[in-house]
Amino acid sequence: MKKSKQKKFIQGNEACVEGALYAGCRFYAGYPITPSTEIMEVMAARLPKIGGSFIQMEDEIASMCAVVGASLGGLKSMTATSGPGFSLKQEAIGYACMTEVPCVIVNVMRSGPSTGYPTGPSQSDVMQAKWGTHGDHPAVVLTPSSVQELLYETIRAFNLAETYRTPVIILYDEVIGHMREAVTLPLPGEINVVERKKPNCPPSEYKPYDVQDGNVAPLAAYGEGYRFHVTGLYHAADGFPTSNTKLIQETNERLVNKIDRNKETICKNEEFCLDDAEIGVFAYGVCAKSAKFAVKELRSKGVKVGLLRPLTIWPFPDDAVEEMAKKVKTIIVPEMNLGQVVHEVERASKGKCDVRGLFRVDTDPIHPKQIMNAILGRPVEPTVIPSEVLIERDMIDG
Amino acid sequence: MSTQTAARTVPYKEKAPFDYSSYMRKGKLPHIWCSGCGHGIVLKSLLRAIDATGIQKDDIAIVSGIGCSSRTPGYLDFNTLHTLHGRALPCATGIKLAKPKLKVIVVTGDGDALAIGGNHFIHACRRNMDLTIMVYNNYIYGMTSGQSSPTTPQSMIATTARYGSIEPTFDTCTLAKAAGATFVARGTAYHAQELEKTIYDAIMHKGTSVLDILDSCPTYYGRFNKFKSASEMMEKIEKDGTLSISQADKLPPEKREGKLLRGVLHKSERPEYCEEYERLMEKAQGK
Repeated sequence: MKKSKQKKFIQGNEACVEGALYAGCRFYAGYPITPSTEIMEVMAARLPKIGGSFIQMEDEIASMCAVVGASLGGLKSMTATSGPGFSLKQEAIGYACMTEVPCVIVNVMRSGPSTGYPTGPSQSDVMQAKWGTHGDHPAVVLTPSSVQELLYETIRAFNLAETYRTPVIILYDEVIGHMREAVTLPLPGEINVVERKKPNCPPSEYKPYDVQDGNVAPLAAYGEGYRFHVTGLYHAADGFPTSNTKLIQETNERLVNKIDRNKETICKNEEFCLDDAEIGVFAYGVCAKSAKFAVKELRSKGVKVGLLRPLTIWPFPDDAVEEMAKKVKTIIVPEMNLGQVVHEVERASKGKCDVRGLFRVDTDPIHPKQIMNAILGRPVEPTVIPSEVLIERDMIDG
Repeated sequence: MSTQTAARTVPYKEKAPFDYSSYMRKGKLPHIWCSGCGHGIVLKSLLRAIDATGIQKDDIAIVSGIGCSSRTPGYLDFNTLHTLHGRALPCATGIKLAKPKLKVIVVTGDGDALAIGGNHFIHACRRNMDLTIMVYNNYIYGMTSGQSSPTTPQSMIATTARYGSIEPTFDTCTLAKAAGATFVARGTAYHAQELEKTIYDAIMHKGTSVLDILDSCPTYYGRFNKFKSASEMMEKIEKDGTLSISQADKLPPEKREGKLLRGVLHKSERPEYCEEYERLMEKAQGK
């Protein structure tokens, strides 16, 4: 008998947990922080039921460290946080980059800097997600923009983490985190789940950073007969510290290149009405919802406008932006910060078109009307939300 | 866990020299420690203690933070992790919870465990997860060339305490006991055989065990504070500055004055975290 798919009406943070468990996450360590706490609460209820481990740690730093430890113990591991907590995790995120320990970090963005406005959404951690930890390092950051998509992208985050032995960050905001939408849960086997590549050589020959055929080496788990060493110092293929300058250069380049050279597989975009567009919108996360609504509205009035929506914000979709820049006269970049991704769009468009930002940091989402005005070259009215727009069905679909 | 019954007494008393090489990684010596540093003595005591437990190398993880003592795991042939400054304990917590069958030993220093890792330290003690925490206590930040640490005694000199430290110190053992550790002991590099026995007891204890291991940094602490030699430091601090807890009971208070006690200072029984988590899972699964 064919199993029918289960539908659930859940909030984004719950969908994130559904995706994580589907992907095989069996370890969660966290610390309470708004607006991501529900992820931890649901994990605390769900993981013990399926034999997974949950622990509430003493702080954000400890949570991130425990995730690294558990991943080395062989479990797919994750943590979630927001705002100040994301800042605190940066040290150990860098450690995971350097030691190439797969893990997933969720950052439900809230208004900042500092404590800011904890219950208000924001998109102001996009650059921190890329550059938050010190040193040159790889960054894989996903930006889903609906509850269903968050579920799928969480599965993809685990798959990317395991494929590339690297931390993967899922970046969304308070709106996506707390918004409830009808979500279809995938059936077992319906979506590919990547398992960690383990060594098949004898333990005496195992080198945890020996990348013979490619950019990623198999990773053994502690306690399974492979007694290997892991350090945050620059290390040779055998995992032991090195001061060899050539090796340091090669290792740092490899860490970054293993992501950059696989951009084509890691990057994922949605293109909407771009073929004949004269004006383009580049929007991610919750802004992309407003942007898509605006594009649909104006298309119905004959305005030639299209949307490029990255589901992977890092590595940055340079090629897709350049393609768009070749077609359109102007790219509008709405974001809930004071201008972060807009500079990347400018860089990637290589002067082929005009790039304009539309920024909002008052903790209300950018309204479709504001984006429409920006597209039409009118003054961008701020916050008055016409009631007829509020009830539109399009506001709550993908 | 595949364990052998401990085949010998602790400390090691057989006539043949102890074979350290079977626990060391080949080609990783020389170590980074200065001559006169006590870390090597502690390392050897640790290996003899591990040998006596009969626990297999595959079943032991050794986790460290950052600092001189934290370089220990790199030399040892176990599952080893050299983490971030202060972060050995949360990393070890993750490993232990993911793989409860592993015996997890944490090697850390006074600055690593009690300053930057202080929050992790007290909460690790509180949880009572089966971790053995070895604090190599040499009163100073050695790797960064001699700054004062939470255990630098008052009036002693460090590069960041040029006129003598004015800060009160942490007593690692009192702190650990207050935070809930179920096995708390002190040893010294000077009393190496006694230390071996104490480490053995700590490893065999089910729950969080904390060892405050007095150790010497002749290069910085010794030089700044006018100790003539490494051996003089060991004698003054580790030998003359301490008393075995069994001796202390027999001495009048004036002879105990100003001396730190060695041996097992506190032992209690509380449910171990991973076993509690097993029970929690059964409850969640309705078993």
